[in-house]
Formats: sequence, C-alpha cells, structure tokens
Amino acid sequence: MSESLIGYRGEALKLLREANVEVGDVVRITKGGLVYEGLLMPRSMYEDERHIVIKLASGYNIGVRITPEIHVEKVREGVKPSFTLPPRPEQKPGSPKVALVSTGGTIASRVDYRTGAVRAALSAEELYSIVPELAEVANIDAEALFSVYSENLTPKHWTAMAERAAYHIKGGAAGVVVAHGTDTMGYTAAALSFALQNLPVPVILVGAQRSSDRPSSDAALNLLEAVRAAAFGPFAEVVVAMHASASDDSIVFHRGTKVRKCHTSRRDTFRSINSPPLAKMEHGKIAMLIEDYRKRDPSGELMLKPNFEEKVALVKFHPGASPKLVKWLVEDGYKGIVLEGTGLGHVGDYWFSAVKEAVENGVLVAMTSQCIWGRVNMKVYDQGRDLLAMGVIPLDDMLPETALVKTMWALGQTKDQKEVRNLLKANIAYEYSPRTLYE
Amino acid sequence: MAIIAAVIRWLAVTSRSSASIDYSKVGLKVGLEVHQQLDVAHKLFCSCPPRLFKEEPEASFLRRLRPTQSELGQVDPAAYFEFQKGLRISYEANKSTSCLVEMDEEPPHDLNREALEAALTFALMIDADPVDEVHVMRKVVIDGSNTTGFQRTCVVALGGEVEVSGKVVPIQQVCLEEDAARLMGKDGAIAFYRIDRLGVPLIEVTTAPVITSPKEAGEVALTVGRLLRATRKVKRGLGTIRQDLNISIRDGALIEIKGVQELELIPMVVEYEVRRQLSLIKLREELKARNVEERHIKDEFVDVTMAFVNTKYEALRKSIEEGKRVLAVKLLGFSGLLRRELMPNVSFGDEMADRARFWGRIDEIFNTDELPSEISNEEVELLSQVMKARDEDAIVLAVGLEEDAIDALKAVTERAREALRGVPEETRAANPNGTTRYMRPRPGAARMYPETDVPSIRIEEEYVKRLRSRLPMRPEQMLKLLMKEYGLNEKLARQVLDSEYCELFEGLVKETKAPPTLIATTLTETLKALQRDGIEVSRVSSEQLKEIFTMIGRGELAKEAIPDVVTWLSEHEGLTAKEAVESLGLIMLSEEELERIVKDIVRRNEGIIKQRGPKAAFGLLMGAIMREYRGRVRADVVSSLLKEELETFG
Ligand SMILES: [Zn+2]
Repeated sequence: MSESLIGYRGEALKLLREANVEVGDVVRITKGGLVYEGLLMPRSMYEDERHIVIKLASGYNIGVRITPEIHVEKVREGVKPSFTLPPRPEQKPGSPKVALVSTGGTIASRVDYRTGAVRAALSAEELYSIVPELAEVANIDAEALFSVYSENLTPKHWTAMAERAAYHIKGGAAGVVVAHGTDTMGYTAAALSFALQNLPVPVILVGAQRSSDRPSSDAALNLLEAVRAAAFGPFAEVVVAMHASASDDSIVFHRGTKVRKCHTSRRDTFRSINSPPLAKMEHGKIAMLIEDYRKRDPSGELMLKPNFEEKVALVKFHPGASPKLVKWLVEDGYKGIVLEGTGLGHVGDYWFSAVKEAVENGVLVAMTSQCIWGRVNMKVYDQGRDLLAMGVIPLDDMLPETALVKTMWALGQTKDQKEVRNLLKANIAYEYSPRTLYE
Repeated sequence: MAIIAAVIRWLAVTSRSSASIDYSKVGLKVGLEVHQQLDVAHKLFCSCPPRLFKEEPEASFLRRLRPTQSELGQVDPAAYFEFQKGLRISYEANKSTSCLVEMDEEPPHDLNREALEAALTFALMIDADPVDEVHVMRKVVIDGSNTTGFQRTCVVALGGEVEVSGKVVPIQQVCLEEDAARLMGKDGAIAFYRIDRLGVPLIEVTTAPVITSPKEAGEVALTVGRLLRATRKVKRGLGTIRQDLNISIRDGALIEIKGVQELELIPMVVEYEVRRQLSLIKLREELKARNVEERHIKDEFVDVTMAFVNTKYEALRKSIEEGKRVLAVKLLGFSGLLRRELMPNVSFGDEMADRARFWGRIDEIFNTDELPSEISNEEVELLSQVMKARDEDAIVLAVGLEEDAIDALKAVTERAREALRGVPEETRAANPNGTTRYMRPRPGAARMYPETDVPSIRIEEEYVKRLRSRLPMRPEQMLKLLMKEYGLNEKLARQVLDSEYCELFEGLVKETKAPPTLIATTLTETLKALQRDGIEVSRVSSEQLKEIFTMIGRGELAKEAIPDVVTWLSEHEGLTAKEAVESLGLIMLSEEELERIVKDIVRRNEGIIKQRGPKAAFGLLMGAIMREYRGRVRADVVSSLLKEELETFG
C-alpha cells in the first residue's frame, strides 16, 4: 500500500497513480458531464476499490465511483499542514511530579480536519496544549511506552508496565498515571496490583469511552482527575479512574483487583464488584469511600514482582461444554486453569474426570463464579464438595478476571505448588473482601 | 415640547423605514438553507421515534464540551471562551424519545435508509445528481446543541435547480443531517438542552446566493417547501421547517441569520437586514466625518459604582446591594450614534448590548444615549465628571461582577471599533418580529471530519433509476389534480398545496364522505383562524380530524360545529372527537326532533306569522332556530322543514 495513497487498492490505486496525485492534493474528477473538485482523501481499508473519496470546498466528503469514462487530474499539490504548539501554560510553582505512561489508545489527540486523521498527542507538551488545566495540577513527565490497542496487550506488557511504574516511583514521582485502552484495563489493573507491592504512592490507570478527538470525550476529565489523584490522593494503591456516571462531574477510583468493565459503551462502564469504589473525586476534591486502604507513604520501599506465567486459562463452564477443553489445556502444558463455574462454583459431573486428571497432572485448578456478584461456596451442594475433594481451590469473592491474573502472577513467583496455593489464598491487594455488604 | 420632539422623531423613523430600497443598486445577494424535518419511523442514527416530549424530564446529565484542537492548532474563539468561562450543559431526557445514542453513551447505528430515500427522492425532483457514495461527516458545534460536540451530516446530492417566477435558482447541495437538541433556557453558566429533538432527520437544501430581493427570497423558500412537502415524507407544524439566510450587500458583510420558522417572515428579515447594513455603513461614514479613529477607542474601564449608590433605578440599586460593580467606558465621538435605529426598535446601542451580554454575564447594560428614565441628572453629571466625557462622547455602563463587566465592556469597545470598519461578519438569530439579534461570531471554515462510526453508503445506479421511476407528483401536477379531481377552485387548491395538510386532505377526502371543499376550507382557513385566536391547533391529530369529518360525512355533526370541536380537542388531549361532541352537546338532532321543534315554534308564533305573512316570518323563525340549535342542525334541512310548515298558512 502506498503511503501517499493510503487505503486505496486495485482499480482506484492504479487510476490515482496514473494521475500522479497524492492524498491531500486538489484533484478534478470528470465523468459523464459531471465535474467534482476537491481534496483527495484517504480511504478506509475496509471499503471497496471502486470509489475515490474527495473533500469538497464545503468541507463535505463524497465518494466518486470509478467508471470507464472517468478522468482524474491534479489541480494543484496539497498544502501540508504545519502545526505549531501553543506555548506551554505556566506551571504552578512547586507542583508535584507525576509520571504519565501511555500504552496506546488516545487519551489525548488532535484532529487533522484536512484529512480526518486523528493524531495521538503523546508528549507532555502536546498534552498540556490539549488539556491546559494539567499544568495547574502537576508537573508531567510523559513517556510513550507502547502504542497498542488494549486487546493486543499480553502479560509481557504488564511486566513492562510494572517495571516502568517502578522506575518512575523510584525516581521520586508523586504518583504514576497509566493511559490505557479500556477493553482490558481491568486485567492490567489487577496485574499491576500484584506486581507492585508495598506501594508508596498511587498508580492510576485511566482511559476513555469516547475518543479524545471529540468535544464530548470523557478523556480530558478522566486524565485531569487521574493526574490530580496521582499528585495528591491519600491512597497508595493501583486503581482505575473513570467517570462515575453519564455526567462530567465526578470521577471514581476503583480498586485494581475489584474492577470490571460492565458496559460496552457507557462512560461509567467500570464498576467495583463485591466492594464499593475506593474513592470519588468531585470538583477537584477527593473523598475516600472505604476506610481500610493503603495510605500514601513516600518513604515506603516498593517491592517489584513483575513476572507472570502465561500458561494459565480462564474457562467458562456452560451447559453442554465439552470436558475436552480442559483435557486439551492439560495436554498443551497449561500450569493453571481458573474455572468460571455456575452459581456457587459448580461444573457438570461430566467434567469431573477431566478436572481430576488436571489436578493429578499438577495443574492448579481454581474456582470462581460466572455470576460476577457474590462469593463461591462449594460446601453447600455435593457437586461442590466433590470438586473440593479433587483439589479445586475455591477463590471466594475474587473476580474471575482477577483470579486469572493472580494465578498467572502466583505461578510466575514460584514453582512450588504449595506456595502457589498459599499465595492464591492470601489477600495481597484487597482481592478478597471478607464481608459483602448489602448495597 | 417633548411631545412635538417625539412626533418629529416618529415621523423621521417611519419615513426612513418606508423609503423603498433599490435592491439591485445595493447589490443584495441572498442564499437560503432550508431545513425540513422528516416524518419517518425513527431518528437518523438510532431507533428512537422522532418525537418531542412535554412532560417533566425523567433523567438529566451534566456535560462540558471541550473545544477540540485542529491540526493547525485552532480552536473556535467563541467556543473556547465559553469553555473557559465554565459553560456546562444540563441535558434533559425521557425514555420514550431518546436512548444512549442521543446521550453520546453509545455509538450511532447505521444511517436511517428511509430518511436517505426521502432525501434522494427530493434531490431527484429538483434534478440534482445523487453522489455515488454518501459519507457521514462530523461538523463541530460545541454550544451544547449536540451531545457529541458535533452534528452528523452528509451530502446526498449536488446541483439541481428550482424555478421561481421564470428565474432558475441553482441548488448547491442537498444534505441529510440530524436535528439538534432543543435549548430550554440558560441559568448563569448552565445551558439547558432537551435531547428529544436530537437526531430527528432533517433535509437541508442550500441554494446558490443568487436571490436579489426580499420578495424573491420568500418565493424561493415557498417553492422549495412545496417540493419538500411533495415527497410526502416531511413533518408538519411549527418548528418542523426552519430557514437560514445568508445575506450580503455591496460594501456590507455576509451575515448568516439562523432559524426563521415562518415563511411570511423571510422577506421582512431580508429587508431589515439590508436596512441594518445600510445604517451601519452610514454610521461608519458619520464616525469618519467626526474624525473618530479605532485607536481612540480604548479599553479603559472605570469603576463608577460610587456614582450610583443612592440611585432610584431599582434594578441597578439591587445589583449594587448584591455587591456587583458598575463599570463604564468612554466612546470618544459616539454621542447620539448609540440611539441610532438599525432595525425597528433596535438601536446601535442595543446591538452593542447584545454583544456585551454574549461575552459577559452581566445584570444590566445601558448608555448615555439611551439612559433609563430613573437615572438622575446629578448621577449623569457625576458620571461625566469621573469619565472626563465631553458632549460629543458616549459612555457605556455594564453592571455585574467586575470580571464579567470587564468582559462585557471589552465586547462593547470591540463592537465600537468594528463600527469604523462597517458591518462585522456575524451569525444572527431571527426574532419572531422579523428583526435579528447577535448570536455568535461567524465561525471560520466549517471544521468537518469523517464520522468513522458510520460506514459510507453506496448509491447504486439501479437504485437511483428505481427511485426516479416512481417520483411523487410535482406541486404543479398536484394543483391540477386538486382542482379537477376534487373540484376545488384555484385559490383553495393553492392554499391546500401550500399548507402542511395536502396529504391529509387527500386522505380525508378518500376516507370520509365529507365534501372536499369543506375539508379544504377547514384545513386551510378554519384551522388558521383558530390558530390566530390562540388555539393550539397542532395538538389536534390527523386521527381526530378524520373522526370529525367522518361524523360530518354521516350527517352526525354540522359543519358549523367544527371550530368548537377542534378547540375542545386542543384543550383535552388524548380524548376523541365523539367525546368532544357529547361534552359540547353538539349531537345532531334527528329529523323527527327537528320536525317537532319546527312545528312547535310555528305554533307558538302563529300570531306573528299571520300578522306579517309567512314570507316575512320565515327569516325571523329561521334565525331563532339557528341561534338555539347551531351546530346541532343542518341549516338546509331546517330551511326546507320550516318552509313546508309555513306553507300551511299559505
Ligand atoms: Zn435513540
């Protein structure tokens, strides 16, 4: 694919090449008595090869179909846009240093109205230019770690994120903000909760449900309040900072081990499960919603434990699910299987022999519930007792996704089965809540 | 003396405004943008019904819209200003008219094909060329009228033309776009919008700026409106069609006037705008003659609160008691010009005040040309001393928090400087009386970028061919049909055609047995007359009208009862015409009852009949019966029965 003719293929690409034009040039297209003039636009790669897209003088884009009599000519070369950053806003003296590690998605971006392209803003300078209020809150040390859609992130990326966060914390940052796509932000939050122990300052993941190129984006407020909490928040935990509701007036901070994406598109998609959110920010003021939390203590010594075992699977049981799924995982050398069972933590008895075989082969098998809310209890029914007897570990009210991440992490810490079991049962980052309140 | 002065001023005003303008000499050019709501099953990008709600909102949410930066680092200055001032938008919603899409909590669904087809149909009727591929764009608008911060819009056809009184008016483009949320009010830094209207499909028709007179502007709008209605896919009622006007004159400026809702207003709006621009040009020449220069207008704002602490001007004293300040600025050489009338009852000072109110949240603004009567001579004296103002200077005063008053006066001095350049480019909003008011600075080139959440749509030739083969009847054909088929006279036929009720008329004629002429006069004249009397005719549904005419067709209701029934229905929403008739006691008398009544009245008046003779008594008795039973009897039946009865006296 040609860079200068981005998105065009086949017939259209050939025609445009012959006319010697590039995206951004002013072109004239003549066909059957009709004349179209405008800027040549890039074409989405998912669309056909039969049309050329131009931006008319009115600003509107249209597609012109290629027909045998079509003629394309260059009127003049496009003017390349030059962007000059506005001057950096005045930094409030003595403001705390906050590290901002971006991993992908676009927490801040600019639109090129000429071509419609959206460009991510990554440097501190660019961020300030888009959300100038940041300068009143903190002194930002921005780092672009990856540029990856969150669904493409793997445990290796968690390790790298944990290491960078540790680097910044050791370098004296008052807090670390990690900009992250929202799809798998809950998993990363859990991963960092286990990898960064004995935290002296907050580590805050932040994202947006509406892309930052639009005026209504939730990105700016989420980012601003995440940075504010990183700079001044009283807690020292790994949290997710997102909108509390459909309104642009309050941000909630969810504990990394208790948070789940619960809606495909709403701004308040993240919810704390089996626990209230840790804190809430309104009009720049933070309020703790939980009494028992880890307090900020910059003198504390961070413990970095960034290793994860990737051969762990989260398997959802459903009526009729084949036990071969479990058998295949064992054969493929998986070290851990987290089951998402029904109700209080069950699977059908036609899975028993496969589960038993897995445990006997040294695979760690743990149980969570697909109900999402509530805790597993495998002592109420025979089915549960049978599974316990086989060596399945009940994980109480831990979220299935957190359980997966924690098992990966535990298996990344030690090869000793007993120790792994102990780690799984230990409450390391508030992943277990001993009491579930009626809310 | 004062009275004479007022009369002279009045004469001057009326003679000035009645002087006719030679529009070709002033180089008038007008372009129209007609926005028409479509009557389709659901909104443009979701499955909500395109309907408004009147009840209290069920939900509300608060948003801020952040001006996005373009690649060139530009932000819309007015939008950025509003944002900096902390403008928040409170959106109101209910569940029956909006979903997560309108809340910008869910991506848009695919473009409504029914709406697209209506737009394409219109495009083909005006001989426009449909585009091969429709691309939905985002047009950035951050005043809060769109939850997303942009309006979704797309060009569906280019070119085309309409003919108006023998002149060809080219059409530039036909667009399909989503309507905006409704502004319900403002309270300080919060604007309230209702999102029911957001997403209602609109056709936007843009003419070339070739219109050269106010009258022609009205005619073009009428013609475009007729063609739109001919598609049979448009909504009716106030607010369903809105016209924007782009007006310019030589040596003036291109002014965009938004939201003219009534066709009759268009010529007036154009005329007033031309007068406004001519007055501003004249004002510039006068300022030049007075040797006023831009550099003389200084942003020197003086706190003159002390001059008014004991003022009799109630509103001002209240503001001062609340801790607000009175700030003043001197406009050198402007004396007398601020009271210059630009449009009926709108002075140059008013125009400055509109500007000031847009940029600063102030309680009051006034000037020494147009002082409130409660301000005393002593106060003016003191003010002039403090400001070191000469007789030829004007002073403008803004009342508010210091910061707001400064913002307001900055807008005043800016407007004063612009007066030396002539007519400033701006976007104005139409008032119901045809005048206009400042709305916002004219935005730069529309910032549009692709709506990547909605896939583009290919318009295949086959589809266009199919649409072309079944285009709806054109207005001129329809006119013939109305006259030939339904026997309407030309005047009535034209009225039906230009009303919103053409389709309804046909339906009622087909589905009821009421006479077509009665249906036509009711839909055009009767309803209009009721509307003029303040009856909310739009509350009466097509279904209810059908019920009324069905009853008339069956002889169960007299045509004289229509106004009463319609009025009753407008006041009792959700009830039926039958209930109206019962409640109003308008049930038609049976022939037997009527006969009895006629006999009875004749018997009781035997004396008079004998005395005057049956012929003379007829009118008297007829009148008496109709007075008593109007709406419950048919006059022709009464007349024949009465004649019959009187014959016995023959
Ligand atoms: Zn909807």
